[in-house]
Formats: sequence, C-alpha cells, structure tokens
Amino acid sequence: MTTLLEIAAPTIEYRLLGPVLIVFVGACLGVLIEALVPRQWRDEGQMIVTVMSLVASIVVLWRTWGPGWRTVGAMGAVSIDGPTQIIWLLILVFSLLATLLFAERKLGGGVTSFTPMAAAVPNSTLERDAAAARVEHTEVFPLLLFAVSGMLLFPAANDLLLMFVALEIFSLPLYLLSGLARYRRLLSHEAALKYFLLGSLSSAIFLFGAALLYGYSGSFSFAVIDAAIAAPSQSDALVVTGMVLVLVGLLFKLGAVPFHSWTPDVYQGAPTPVTAFMAVCTKLAAIGALVRIAFVAFGGLRWEWQPVVAGIAILTMLVGSVLAIVAKDIKRLLAYSSIAHAGFILTAVVGASTPESGLPVGQIGSIAGIAFYMTAYGFATLGAFGIVTMVRGAAGERNDLVAWQGLGKKHPWIASAMTLFMLSFAGIPPTAGFIGKWAVFSAAWRGGYWWLVLVAVLMSLVAAYFYLRVVVAMFFSEPDPEVGDVHVAVPGIGTTIVVATGAVMSVVLGIVPGWVLDLATSASQLLR
Amino acid sequence: MTLLEGLTPVAPTGLFTVAWLMIAIPLLSAGLLLVLGKMTNSFGHYVATLAPIASFAIAAVLFADLLGRPEAQRTVDASLYTWVKTGSWTIDVGFLIDPLSILFALLITGVGSLIHVYSIGYMAHDPGRRRFFAYLNLFIAAMLTLVLADNYAVLFVGWEGVGLASYLLISFWQHKPTAATAGKKAFVVNRVGDLGLTMAIFTMLAMFGSSSFTAVNEGAQHLTPTWATLLGLLLLLGACGKSAQVPLQSWLLDAMEGPTPVSALIHAATMVTAGVYLVVRSHAVYAETPAASLAVAIVGTVTLLAGAWIGTSKDDIKKVLAGSTMSQIGYMMLAAGIGPVAYPFAIFHLLTHGFFKANMFLGAGSVMHGMHDDVNMRHYGALAKPMKITYYTFLMGYLAIIGTPFFSGFYSKDSIIEAAWEKQPVLGALALIAAGITAFYMTRLMIMTFWSRERWQEGVHPHESPAVMWVPLVLLAIPSVVAGMVMNSWIGGWLAPAVGGEVPEHASWVPTITPVGLVTLAVVIAGVAVSYLVFGRKAIPAEVPYTRNILTIAGRHDLYGDAFNEAVFMAPGQALTKAVVAIDEGVVDGAVRGSGTLTVGLGAGLRTLQNGYVRSYGLTMIVGVIIVGLALVIGRLV
Repeated sequence: MTTLLEIAAPTIEYRLLGPVLIVFVGACLGVLIEALVPRQWRDEGQMIVTVMSLVASIVVLWRTWGPGWRTVGAMGAVSIDGPTQIIWLLILVFSLLATLLFAERKLGGGVTSFTPMAAAVPNSTLERDAAAARVEHTEVFPLLLFAVSGMLLFPAANDLLLMFVALEIFSLPLYLLSGLARYRRLLSHEAALKYFLLGSLSSAIFLFGAALLYGYSGSFSFAVIDAAIAAPSQSDALVVTGMVLVLVGLLFKLGAVPFHSWTPDVYQGAPTPVTAFMAVCTKLAAIGALVRIAFVAFGGLRWEWQPVVAGIAILTMLVGSVLAIVAKDIKRLLAYSSIAHAGFILTAVVGASTPESGLPVGQIGSIAGIAFYMTAYGFATLGAFGIVTMVRGAAGERNDLVAWQGLGKKHPWIASAMTLFMLSFAGIPPTAGFIGKWAVFSAAWRGGYWWLVLVAVLMSLVAAYFYLRVVVAMFFSEPDPEVGDVHVAVPGIGTTIVVATGAVMSVVLGIVPGWVLDLATSASQLLR
Repeated sequence: MTLLEGLTPVAPTGLFTVAWLMIAIPLLSAGLLLVLGKMTNSFGHYVATLAPIASFAIAAVLFADLLGRPEAQRTVDASLYTWVKTGSWTIDVGFLIDPLSILFALLITGVGSLIHVYSIGYMAHDPGRRRFFAYLNLFIAAMLTLVLADNYAVLFVGWEGVGLASYLLISFWQHKPTAATAGKKAFVVNRVGDLGLTMAIFTMLAMFGSSSFTAVNEGAQHLTPTWATLLGLLLLLGACGKSAQVPLQSWLLDAMEGPTPVSALIHAATMVTAGVYLVVRSHAVYAETPAASLAVAIVGTVTLLAGAWIGTSKDDIKKVLAGSTMSQIGYMMLAAGIGPVAYPFAIFHLLTHGFFKANMFLGAGSVMHGMHDDVNMRHYGALAKPMKITYYTFLMGYLAIIGTPFFSGFYSKDSIIEAAWEKQPVLGALALIAAGITAFYMTRLMIMTFWSRERWQEGVHPHESPAVMWVPLVLLAIPSVVAGMVMNSWIGGWLAPAVGGEVPEHASWVPTITPVGLVTLAVVIAGVAVSYLVFGRKAIPAEVPYTRNILTIAGRHDLYGDAFNEAVFMAPGQALTKAVVAIDEGVVDGAVRGSGTLTVGLGAGLRTLQNGYVRSYGLTMIVGVIIVGLALVIGRLV
C-alpha cells in the first residue's frame, strides 16, 4: 500500500531547459527592477537585464546544441529536439534584434514608441502631463521577456496542456504590448482589444479541441494521441473534430486565412517595434507548434489534414497577396504580406516531407525548409519594420504609402535597403527569400504536392507585384504635394543595427545559404 | 547523340579558373558607382565603360584558348562553390565556358562595350548619367551570369537579374509616366515567363536531382515523352517571356520608353535573345519531344509574322525597330524549333542580328539626338545629307537585315528559311513571306527617315552626332557587313558539339545557289519594290493618314496585344481582387476600409471607434472552423 502513496520526484533537465528558464528569470528580474530601482535608472537596468538574459539564453542553447543532447524531458512534457532548438535559436536571435527596436529613443526625439501612461485617457491632461514629465513604461521589457519565454515553451510543448499554458503565457503580454502605442492611441487600444477578444476565442477553440482529444485518447500527450490514432478503439469522429479545433487555434496565431482578420488591424495599431516582434517571433512559435502537433500527434491522420491545410494554404496566399495589392498603409501591407508568407510556409507543412514519410536523413525536408524560410523572412521583416519606424511626420510615423513616394531620391540608402527587403519577400534571386521559397516549395514537391507548388509559384508572382508597388512608390513616384511633413529621422544605434543586419543577411543568405541550411537540416528530427 | 555523350566538361586551368572575373568586374563597378554616389559623378562613366571592356578582354583570351583546343576539350566547367545541398539535390555555383557560351560572352561584352562608349555621348547631359551607367554594368554582369552559368538555377539568378536591370533602365526616365508604366509592364509580363522557368527547374530537380546542364543533358535521354514535352513547354513559356514571343510579346514595344542605348543593348542585341539561348541550351530536352519542338517553331513563326506586321504600320522609329526585333527573334526561335540541324543557325542569326540591330538602334539614337529626341518618322526625311555617317552605317544595317547577298543577315536568315523549308514547308513559306515584309517595312523606314523630302519640325536643325557616338556606329557597321561571310563556314562546326547538332557538310562564304535561296531573294526584291511604289513616289503626310485598312489599324494597335493581356490576365486578376476585397469587406463589415481611413490622423481616429467589428471577425473565424470541419467530413465521404 505504501508504494501507492509514494510520489516520484519529477526529473527536470535544467540545463537543457536553461534557455527558457533564463529568459523567465530575466523577466522576473525585470519586474523586480520596476518595483525597486529608482525611475531614472530603470531604463538602463531593464535594457541590461533583457539583453543579458537573451544572450545568456543563446549561449546556454549553443552549449547544449547537438543530437547528443536532444531528448524528451520534464517527464515527457517538453520535447527538446532539433526543431525545438532551431526555433529557439531563431526566436532568441530575433527577440534580441526586436529588443533593439523597443529601446530606440533617438527617432522619437528622446522618447520610445510606447505611450508614457497607458492608463490615461487618450489626449487627456493626465497623458499630457505624463508625457511632459517624461514618464515611461519600462515594463515593456519584462513583458517582452515573458512573451519570449512563452514562445520558447510553445513549440517545445509535448502535450496539449503545456501547449495551452505556453500559448497563454506569450499571448497575454502581447495583448498588453499592442495597446501601448505612443501615437494614434485609439487605434492601438482597439488593436489590443481586438487581439485579446479574438485571441481568447481562438484559445477557447483550442481548449475545446484539446478536451475532445483527451476524450478520445485519455491523455494530453502527443505520443499517446498518436498511438490512439494508430490503434483506434472507437469512432474517430472525436479525434477528427478535436484535430480541427486544435489546428484552428494554431492557425489563428500563424495568421492563416480564414483566421487572419485580426492581423492587419493589430499589426497596424500596435507600436511598430511590437508589430515587428509579433510578425516574426509569434509566427515562429506558432509554426513550430503546428509542425509538432501535425507531424507528431496527427501524423497518422496525415491523409486527412493534408488536403485541408493545402486549401487553407492556397486561400492564405491568395487573400494575403490580393489584399496587399489594395493596401494603402505600409504596416497593413506588411501585415497582408505576413499572411501571404504564412501561406507559403504552410505549403511545406502540407508536403509533410519528414523522415517518417520517407525522407532520407540529411536532406532538406519540411522542417528545415520552414526554418530557413523563417530565417530569411525574419531578417527582412525586422529590417522592413525598422525602416517603417524611421519614416516620420509631425505626429510619429507616417505609415500611409503616399508619404513614402519619392523617398528614393532624398534617401537612396534607406530606400535601397527597403527595396532589398521587398525583393527578399518577393523571392527574387539572389536574395535570401528566393532560397527560402525554394526550400519550402521543394518540401511540398517531395510530398507529392506539385500542384500546390504551381499555385504557390503563381501566387508569388501576384505577391511580387505588390512588393513592387512599394519600390515604385519610393523610386518612381513624385512626392505628393499634399502629403505634409515627411522626413526620415536619423536612427539610433539599435535601429541601425537591425536594419543593417537585416540587409546584410538578406543578401548573404541568398548567396551562401549553405551554413544555415546545414544547421537547419541537422536539427530537423522530431522526437516524440 | 554519340557526340553529346562524349562531351564531359574538363576541369578549368589557367585563366579559366578566374572566369568569374568577367562577371565580378562589371558588378564591382556597378556597386562602386552606386555606393560612392555623387563622388563618382565626374569619372564614373569612364570606370563603367572600362568594366565591360575588361570583361571582353578576358572573354577574348578564353575564346582564343578554346579555338586552339581539340574539340573534346572545349567545354570547361569552372565550379566555384556549393550553393544549396540537400542530399540528393545539389546546386553548385559554377560557370560553363563552352563554344556556345563564349560566343555569347563575346557578343555581350563586345557590343556592350561599344554601347557604353556610345552612351558617354548620348547621356552626356543627363543628370542621372552615373546611375544609368551603374545599371548598364549591372545588366552586363547579370547577362553574363545568365549565359555563363553551368546550371539552370544560377542561370535563373542571371535571368532575374537582367529582368531587374531591364526594369530599372526602362523606367530610367521616371519623370515620364509612360516610362514607369512600361517598366512595370515589362516586369509583370516577365514574371509570367519566370513561372515557366521556375517550374521547369523544379521538374528538373525532381527528375534528375540536379539542375546542371550536364545532368539534364544526360537525364533527358531517359525521360518519358510526356515529361519531356511538359519540360519543353515550361521552358518555352520562360523563353517567351524574356524574348517577347507571342503571347507574351506586348512589353517589348513599350520598353522602347527607355533610353536608346538600352533599347540597343538589352531590347535588341542581348537580353531578348536569352529565350533563344535557353531553348538551344536545353537541346537535349527538345531532342526527346517533337511536340514541344514544334511548339517552339510555331511560336517563332507566329511572332516573326506578328513583329513584321507591327513593323509595317508604326511611325515611331524605335517601335518599328522593336517590331523588327520581335520578328527577327521569331526567326531564331523558329530555327531553335527545327532541331539540331538548325541550332547553329539560330545562334548565327542571333549574333549577326546582335550586330546589325544594335547598329540600327544606335543609329536611330543618333538620328533622335539630331532631331530633338523626336521619334516620329513623319517628322524626319532627307536625313541622309546632314547625317552622313549615321546614314551610311544605318544603310549597312538595313542591307544586312533585309538579306542582301553577302551581307551578314543574308547568310544567317537564308539558312533558317531553307532549314524551315526542308523541315516543314508551311513554316518555311511563312518565314519566306516575312522576309518580304521585312524588306517592305525596313525600306519604308529608310524612305521616311533618310530619303524622301524633309518634313522637319520648326527649329530642328539635324546635325551629325559627336565622334564618341559615331565611332561605335562604324565599329558595329563593319560586322553587320562581314560577320556573315566570316562566320558562315565556321560557326556550324564550332557550335555543333555544344548544341548537339551535326557538323554541316559544306559551307563557305560563297553562297550555295538553291531554289529556295533564289525565291527568297525575289521576295525581298519584291518587298523593296512595293515599299518604294507605296511610299517612295509621293510625299509622306506629316499627320497619320486615316485608313480603313484593317491590317494597318491592327498593326498600329500592336495587334491588340494589350487588349489580349487585359482580357486574359488583367481582367480575371482584377475581378479576383475585387471579389476577394468584396468578400473581405462584406464579411467584416467594411472594417478594412474603416481602419484604412483611421490612419489618416489622430483626429479622424478620435471620431470612429470600431466597436462592433470584432463580432464580425469572430464570426469569420467560427465560419472558418465550420468550413474546415465540413471539408474534412466531405473529404472522408468522397
């Protein structure tokens, strides 16, 4: 009898989980700084803690890199395998760059992109006083770190419950951050509220699906769900319904059509550094989780979900590309562009080109393709949003495309960098985006979805058209006389680093992509 | 086919190991001019002119080296590094120097250098001169990448690069809205062609595990006819986009909005012939598929007629030449579609056309230079006298293009017509008729421009261009005359191993008299005569005369190429856009438009708070869930 009451102490692979833990501890330290450190030092303090914890996290990740380390840890709850590690690496690197955008002050004349007092009614005396007193919300840094820790946990989660918890951990800070824009605060509030409401809806859908899957298999664990699908003991109506609901929850975060409607509004309303962070890191976390759940838990139902996801991919590419054509706002355009990119990434998911489906070891399959695509996309996106923060008028950024007309003449360097990002987005060789498209399309092709590749290539033509619009506006259009004050502010070192890194990587990864492709290929083995 | 299998590329030695310098030098020069900016305003164009000359020197040395080698060692593969490696799919960055690519390299750098020199004069007073030269260099680098690549993926990099350079140069005079539109059109139409090439490359990777020419040549022999045809048609689609072949021809006429040296270099001598290069390079694929080869020949024939037709009814001198370019590339395509016998002729005509068409375009530029940039031939006339050098050099080009015996075009075009005649009399007859039309519209151009009476606008005083412009004209006029005689006996044997062709039995500079040759000559003479009768005997009206001639009206409207594009590509695209936007707005209650206007400013933002719209977003999601669920259910029932 006594044996029954004994509780085995859980084993935790602290070192392997180090990257997540460090970021989490960093976030908690950030909260302490808010509570204990005098106001004038908080900003520097937060910056140091954020950068240090992200860098330390990368170092720990790099020290545990390799097939020898990879395992399913924390009593089966967390899978620290190749895909987890490569997505961690990307999230951490891109978060570090996003942190630099968060900290930018020179552009705003000494203030950040965040509101001085989020609780104040827009345009109220309270807000004006706060602005005059140079009050700041340095909490954005711990919020960023909390979001990052959730994002790290999300693609590593090996059961539905942990995945849901991670989803909420990174979503809540993002809802908050979206509402903190300094300018156009109503739009920002609206974005935050929309994101919160729709995010909650998607969470509810996800949770419902998780409950159904538990009902079917008696467990939240992906491996058990997979085993239950392999040896069915009852009608699979439960598991199919559960699968649809869980996938929808993830597709929402990815921004796939028809679960995309929040994206343009939120991307537009949120402070641009937050948009940049969301556009890259949320997508990374979501695609990581989607790949794991689709390939590990629902691998046996592949024939069921592949055609459906293929349809969603086509719809996503189509709607993203077409709506971007009519977008008049650069942030909305980039939001639609990010939707289209989600569609391109989904083609690789549909291909399901994994070792389980017969991919020889050491070849670029779906996961390596996605990792490379996200690398190319991440650098170009952060760079592009970095430039968006620099084009300014009297009241903050000028995001209307009209204001960008004729930018090439006055600021050839900035316009050229933006052109480079657009070319990379469009997948024109020899930019990184070309190799990225090539990698995901080849994964789809190997999976037997050559017709999807055909549609995707066709859609990338449509997409090339709207990226060209930005280039045309900058280089081949005369400035609109009625557009008012537009200037390109000189950025501080942080934004400069982000834009320069983005530009350099967009070219380097196009010309010598081998090292990243090898890294991604060596880390594409899912563990269950 | 035995010849082909014996052609394993040899390893590079000596200068061949640094063949990439041919590309690197103009690329570096372009980068320098763009990065250093205004600092290089005073000398940048000289640097930019030296770059293709240096590349030409390298190409010439390599060519001499190849000439001295035995046939089996003339294919050199200089691989640089592995670009993408994914287990069974490998793509290297490497360059292939063989009899085919070296001829192209010589043409591109040779004609390119002359056009750079010419541009020093032509663009002397343009504020954007430095940028112009940087783009020209960029183009040279991209074009060399295209022809020197040893696999289709690297070729594609060059392919996109020339497209980009072409786009930049067409819209170079961005203050003209027509120029910006033309650039955009060229870009978009070309992307349709790129779709074909991209899919072809994927097919090759899937079939052969590599996109290198060697692997594709080898693997093509084991293709099933269906796959070979598919691959051939995809490549043809790519070729049509780049080479302005029907149905993707419409951009070329608009591309004439660019500065004239650009029209000469990119839209006549080099880039637009890339499609011909692609087809000839893929000879092993076409060898397996008579159907796709026939499609190539038909596209070529249709284009050569369409181009000639357009040429007859345009008054803009550059557009006449553009129509003529379409038509001549049609000849090359026709030759490429005929098969191994005619591959050398396609390249032969490509080279001679490169010379005489570049010559004539630069000549047209020289005329425009003297006529205040007027392009309307109805305002020209009697220019032979004030512009002697331009006139005589242009005359050489004219005699070459219509196929006067012993001029360069005579050898190359007649070979194609004869080969077509042997292969398929219908195509041969059509090519023959087009030769007559060519003589007709080119004579018309000569009459309206250089002969007849003067119809100059007020204040226009035509004068000869400076030496920096006419020297290139003279240098291009020489090969326009002699290139045919020089190469006729040699090019067939030189190219045969590289294009999987057969070594012709007999060829020399003395033309063999054949019935087809005589008929061609008669048709050409008839074309000239008719043109003289129609245009030469009475005064040319200064305004466009009213006509009921349906053929002329169609020609003036570019054979309704734009209407076709609009109906086939644009209208469905716009309908789709509208539909998607309407659905999006309908479902989400115009929130998209609503928040679009919100960004106008804080003031507007204060007015509208979009309270209700989240509902609609949520509804979209729920509907989406139901649709996805239904799709799954239906999927299981089916």
